Amino acid sequence: MAEPLNILDITHVTKRFDFQGKQIVALQDASLTIRKGEFVCLIGPSGCGKSTLLRMIGGFETVSEGRLDMWSKQIGKPGPDRGMVFQDYGLFPWLTVAKNVGFGPAARGRPSAEVADTTKRFVDMVGLTRFAEAYPHQLSGGMKQRVAIARVLANEAEVVLMDEPFGALDAMTRENLQTELLEIWERTKLTVIFVTHAIEEAILMADRIVVMSSGPGRIVADERVDIARPRDPTSPEFNALRRRFSAMLGSHH
Amino acid sequence: MSAAALGGRARGLFLALFAPVLFLIFWHYSTTGRAFSLIPPPLEVGKQLWDLAFGGVWNDLYSGTLLEHAFASVSRVYGGFLLAAACALPLGMLIGRVPLVRASLDPTLQLMRPIPVTAWLPLAMIVFGIGPTSAFFLVFLGAFYPILVNTIFGVRNVEPRLFEAAVMLGVSPSALFWKVVLPASLPSIFTGLRLGLGFAWVVIVVGEMTGVQTGLGAIIMEARQLSRTEIVISGMITIGLLGYLSDYAVQLIGKRLLRWSPQHG
Repeated sequence: MAEPLNILDITHVTKRFDFQGKQIVALQDASLTIRKGEFVCLIGPSGCGKSTLLRMIGGFETVSEGRLDMWSKQIGKPGPDRGMVFQDYGLFPWLTVAKNVGFGPAARGRPSAEVADTTKRFVDMVGLTRFAEAYPHQLSGGMKQRVAIARVLANEAEVVLMDEPFGALDAMTRENLQTELLEIWERTKLTVIFVTHAIEEAILMADRIVVMSSGPGRIVADERVDIARPRDPTSPEFNALRRRFSAMLGSHH
Repeated sequence: MSAAALGGRARGLFLALFAPVLFLIFWHYSTTGRAFSLIPPPLEVGKQLWDLAFGGVWNDLYSGTLLEHAFASVSRVYGGFLLAAACALPLGMLIGRVPLVRASLDPTLQLMRPIPVTAWLPLAMIVFGIGPTSAFFLVFLGAFYPILVNTIFGVRNVEPRLFEAAVMLGVSPSALFWKVVLPASLPSIFTGLRLGLGFAWVVIVVGEMTGVQTGLGAIIMEARQLSRTEIVISGMITIGLLGYLSDYAVQLIGKRLLRWSPQHG
């Protein structure tokens, strides 16, 4: 059943939370297979369980029912193979940009020369060479998110999990970062799972869009985006897709 | 430095000196030449301070003894402070991070906290006798609680996201304390140390007023009994200066250590 290139198998996964003595179903019977190198967007209204699913893949939440496998092995605790990029960055404020990027390799006991090499490569890749010695509080939101991305790349993550990473940024910065992320993805051929509630962002970035719905959270559609890259948000085919997903997600989008 | 920056500094210095100079003038005119003034004029106090520090003016029992008394006070302040830090830092980290320790120690410590340090003085005199040990104990106690409370606060209030980020990057659970908890709580711990040291300076005077032979608190009290009000005020000024310098030094260290923190750097 499993093809050799399936990096993630999500099989009938349900997640329940206890909330004030009652059981809330955050995600019901979700199944999804993600192939290596795919850029998958999870999209849906708040409460649809998209962040919960992402956090379960990351190992931050346990699974109530079903199975979550990476390379056919059950996912347990958080680990370097699944790098998470948080909306609020989660950078270590006491470390410089370079030290934040090198944090993972250093924590895993890599030789310091290798750590320095890796750090430089990824700080350069996200365009922060001049800010290598700056502290996070001296950076703009967009720069902080670049550090967060470089940090998981430097740590040799195979899957990059992104939880509305550009949600807190202004429109211009968001566009720049979207382009940069796509360039990095095309260069590194990483697997990216990207949570968003912005339809345009999803169509711009994704190979595949997984549409989710709330009450209880579940997967309602799983579609490929077959527009050639780089994609033009003003093109007719882009707009056609935008209308389709808007209709699926309800009129408020 | 640019001319504007230089002007800004001069302006800052002027504004900072304005109030004390005004106060000195007021002090001078309300005390000089009055036969029965309870407060000696500033020039008398200045002369006395000089004599205390270097001698050669009055050449009495007090001349040239300032250094000895200041040294006694400083060593008690830093001794008590360091001992307090050595106890409060590990204890605070344990209370903050280990639920069992917190449950068994925190209520007791919180109950004892409202007891003012000065209320411990009689008990300290009973246990340690009249002498420097009581003063040392009071300084220890005065510095202990600010350090403890701020350490607990610091290690308990680490942003949960930072733990997630660290585990995700491959930090083992046993290394989380050194890699995340300690650096994240450093600003708070530092605030505790600074408050504790400030408190140590407050308490030392009370501690030394109880029959200790040396120390700034001791000469202030002794001089009051001898009606040497100039010495009382000279002692106060010395304590103020030493406390200020000590806080300044701590702040410099903090600025270096906490360059990354927007509140400190």
